[in-house]
Amino acid sequence: MSQGVEMVGLYVRDQDEALAFYVEKLGFRVHTDVRNGDYRWLTVQHPDQPSFQLGLFTPGPPVLDAATAQTVRAIVAKGAMPPLVLVVDDCRAACDRMRARGVEVTQEPVARFGSVDAGFRDPSGNGWKLIEARR
Amino acid sequence: MRRLLRAKDRMDAVSHEEWPVRRLAHASGVSEAHFARSFKQAFGVPPHRYLLTRRVERATALLRDTDLSITEIAFHTGWGSLGTFGRTFRDVTGESPGAIRARERAGAYELGRVPACFLSAAHRPDLTIAVSEKRRQVAGGMNGSDETEVP
Repeated sequence: MSQGVEMVGLYVRDQDEALAFYVEKLGFRVHTDVRNGDYRWLTVQHPDQPSFQLGLFTPGPPVLDAATAQTVRAIVAKGAMPPLVLVVDDCRAACDRMRARGVEVTQEPVARFGSVDAGFRDPSGNGWKLIEARR
Repeated sequence: MRRLLRAKDRMDAVSHEEWPVRRLAHASGVSEAHFARSFKQAFGVPPHRYLLTRRVERATALLRDTDLSITEIAFHTGWGSLGTFGRTFRDVTGESPGAIRARERAGAYELGRVPACFLSAAHRPDLTIAVSEKRRQVAGGMNGSDETEVP
């Protein structure tokens, strides 16, 4: 068995919306989607990366109290969550594909530091960098 | 809040363009009065100051990473004149564009390993007061006001 990070969670404002975004617009797959009352454990996976899951969670009870959840939602909506990076073979092509599917591109592809990078956000406000893998 | 972020993203994307409140409010889809107040509330700085710090950061990056002349950089980053650029840049960073260029180039950083957008977020000057206020403070600290200066 290999050891390492298996799942990292993101806060999103709406799990259905996030699921549609990550699956239909970014091409991820659903790994786990389990509900228990109001709680929903939802993780998705990049098709090329079976060992890693991205969790999509809404802040709220029972994990967080209502006031904390409200604060967390505001932080996400302000784009204040930490950086996320998606590596692709061809940044410009990936960016065009995403834009065609209605992804909010926040930074056009720029060639710098020996690579090409672009930026986009998920519907909740989480900011992603799209970086071309260095060959 | 998510709408305000959209205006901030637009400023980040094309910080060299003019961003009057009307345009920012339009990008957010809210009224002008609401925009100015809520932007400051959400991000801690008024929108025009955010734009200013973003431009200073862009200029610093261009000074560091390119061979563009300082005049070219001033116009690329949205200033109307070299004089305004030089003065504002010095007021915000405490150093002239030329001095920053020399210093940044002397240091051998591994900046290529940090994705550029995170770098630019981290290098944006932390301008907690208005530039005019900063100028007043500096002038006050120099033991005398501008009025005493006689050519």
